[in-house]
Amino acid sequence: MLVVEQLSVNYKAIKALTEVNCEVKHGEIVALIGANGAGKTTILNTISGIVPAASGRITFEGKDITQVPAHDIVKLGICQVPEGRRVFSKMSVLENLEMGAYSKNDKKMMQEGIERAFQMFPRLAERRKQLAKTLSGGEQQMLAMGRALMTNPRLLLLDEPSMGLAPMLVEKIFEVVTEINKAGTTIMLVEQNAHMALSIANRAYVLETGEVVLKGDAKELAADPEVRKAYLGE
Amino acid sequence: MFLQQLINGVALGSTYALIALGYTMVYGIITLINFAHGEIFMVGAFVGLLLITYFKLNIFVAMFLSMSFCMILGVVIELVAYRRLRRSSRLSALISAIGVSIFLSSLALMIFGADAKAFPDDVFPLRQIKIGSAEVSTLQLSIIGISALLMLTLEFIVQKTKIGKAMRATSEDYTAAALMGINVNRVISFTFALGSALAAAGGMLVGLLFNAVTFNMGLMAGLKAFAAAVLGGIGSIPGAMLGGVLLGVTEVFGVAIGYSSYRDAIAFTILVLVLLLKPTGLLGQKIQKKV
Repeated sequence: MLVVEQLSVNYKAIKALTEVNCEVKHGEIVALIGANGAGKTTILNTISGIVPAASGRITFEGKDITQVPAHDIVKLGICQVPEGRRVFSKMSVLENLEMGAYSKNDKKMMQEGIERAFQMFPRLAERRKQLAKTLSGGEQQMLAMGRALMTNPRLLLLDEPSMGLAPMLVEKIFEVVTEINKAGTTIMLVEQNAHMALSIANRAYVLETGEVVLKGDAKELAADPEVRKAYLGE
Repeated sequence: MFLQQLINGVALGSTYALIALGYTMVYGIITLINFAHGEIFMVGAFVGLLLITYFKLNIFVAMFLSMSFCMILGVVIELVAYRRLRRSSRLSALISAIGVSIFLSSLALMIFGADAKAFPDDVFPLRQIKIGSAEVSTLQLSIIGISALLMLTLEFIVQKTKIGKAMRATSEDYTAAALMGINVNRVISFTFALGSALAAAGGMLVGLLFNAVTFNMGLMAGLKAFAAAVLGGIGSIPGAMLGGVLLGVTEVFGVAIGYSSYRDAIAFTILVLVLLLKPTGLLGQKIQKKV
């Protein structure tokens, strides 16, 4: 579905990614794990078109999308839930969801999307008129996910969905991620919480200073002694 | 006397507000002080004047056409002078803005000459109306009415329409807006178009109010409107409206109690005081550094 080949990204003089190769197949959950600054977010942002690639190629369902601008990436069916949620804090819950459907000029799809989001997260329905800044961290994460799902994307990019949330909420969020995947959305997941990420992913890539150092089946990686030592805190 | 001055002040202030809105909206979205904005106001006045004098158009038709012309002008200025500089330092864009401003006023000087031009006498049915102890002209009332109507329209666009919501989203978080599929460049163009249309209307109204249109009228009006935007809280739309009216009223009262030679100094004294005492302005919010 999504193929990243030899992707390099620079931030001015700093190399953020060096010749990264990775792939997401239809229906999978693929996790990217690694320490802070390893380049996980950069990969997602380059796919989304908000960070330019220095070299390499990204193809989505056979189409080269390396140079496609961010707002057109969304139209192709790739949506991102950015790190830190980044909901529009001065807009209401409902308006945030409307923004998620901005790329499609389709009132019916918007209504369905809003209902789907409210079904998935009943808390949002109760707070539909509230400004997003009045929501708790968990609720904001739900809103950010609901917003990204408005257009029914084929590929969902999730950046640190568990960041800053209480353990109970983290479990809830990961449950929802699994449900979204079962409903037919392919998922690429960036997480610092490697334990949780590996428990729901099919496959995973381990990044270190902008390079893929390990890849494979998520269960096998979770059992790998080096991964356990470096990322699972054992 | 009080009522009289209040109405004078509100009429003047609502023209400041119309211009201030353009500064504040553009700042809200790309954090640029568009110093060419005052010149768009001047161009709006001249285009209206030409349409009325040479094409004998009705004032409202002329205003509509002048607003449309300045919309295009605003979009072109952003495209030519600011877009490529968006990722460079704030200072580069600011210098570019000052360049555009000098270019436009020099162009107007070349075409129209240095002396003030006036609207034809019959363009507006001028009459005095008595409201209590105050004598108010139909022109002043129309200025207040037209400004209020334009600001209500703006508020509707920003709050209720799809593109208006996209404007608010973009001004809050540029990147997140792009991730939602919002074409950020288009939203920025739209913002310049809106702001420029309001400035054009303001230009014509000020031209009528003082019965003078000059090539350098944009400078002082632009700076005062900028002060109004800062007073209200730069980036805040209701702030610009409030700041404009307050500034106009203060200026008129300052003149009325005898400080007429300090007329222009009043606005800048307010600017300095606001920056010293409450830099976020009356309705502005604390600027949060985006992480």
